[in-house]
Amino acid sequence: MDATAHIGFVAASYAAGIVVVAALIAWVALDYRIQRRILSELETQGLTRRSAATRESAAQAAREDA
Amino acid sequence: MRITELANPSQFLRLADRAIPWLAAATALLFAAALYRAVLAPDDYQQGATVKIMFLHVPSAWLGMLCWGLMTVAALGTLVWRHPLADVTAKAAAPLGATFTLLCLVTGSLWGRPEWGTYWVWDARLTSELILFLLYLAVLAIWRTVEDPSRAARAVAILTIVGAIDLPIIKFSVDWWNTLHQGASVFRVGGSTIHSAILMPLMVMAAAFTVLFVTLLLAAMRNEILRRRVRTLRLLQASATG
Repeated sequence: MDATAHIGFVAASYAAGIVVVAALIAWVALDYRIQRRILSELETQGLTRRSAATRESAAQAAREDA
Repeated sequence: MRITELANPSQFLRLADRAIPWLAAATALLFAAALYRAVLAPDDYQQGATVKIMFLHVPSAWLGMLCWGLMTVAALGTLVWRHPLADVTAKAAAPLGATFTLLCLVTGSLWGRPEWGTYWVWDARLTSELILFLLYLAVLAIWRTVEDPSRAARAVAILTIVGAIDLPIIKFSVDWWNTLHQGASVFRVGGSTIHSAILMPLMVMAAAFTVLFVTLLLAAMRNEILRRRVRTLRLLQASATG
């Protein structure tokens, strides 16, 4: 078979692969930045999760005991 | 670190933060090696250059199925053990599995047109693979439409376990029915029928895709844990102001 026959189908497949992998990486990276930003905004407003608040108060108590 | 400590999301986040850069580097190196081998691989005596489409098609197909298998284990974790990371895993894995299954279908069609003379036939292997893609879309739809994450997780877990029936159907469809799709040629009793000049690039590409999948899964799980923390804080904020 001629090596150049159907090369367009091969190129289209690899182009699809590159687009798909790049889109997945971009989506995951962008989502991470968004969640981090929202979380830090909420924490700046003084909001903390109960478990985090408990850890902080335990650490504070330990400091006071010392 | 004991494996049970991974059940703690904070411990998991610390592990993910350490592992993701190393896994990303390993992915890049493996893809460089795989593409180099793919370029140098000889044309097939029957398929010509289109055999190189298989280097994308086959790993995508494997990962689409592997991902649903992982989601099935996670579904058991959700329903039986109520493991804190089980539904996080299932939710993070679904878009990845859907994407790899779509890539499998697209590259399969692009291979089918020059080799079979058509982009699509309602062959048992192709149809069962399409059903897997539709199952992924159903899972994604449930995650998006059911607001309470624990209710969504249970619904998704049941659908995932029922949908796992499709995995052996995909695998053995070429044996059970007379299909246009070729039979197993890599993992089969009696060994692979593929020449090493084609098999090696295929296996290196499969390794690259698998490490990419693990990297993206860890990163997507980390995002999902952060998203749940955001949701918790917003609920606290709403209850404080309400």
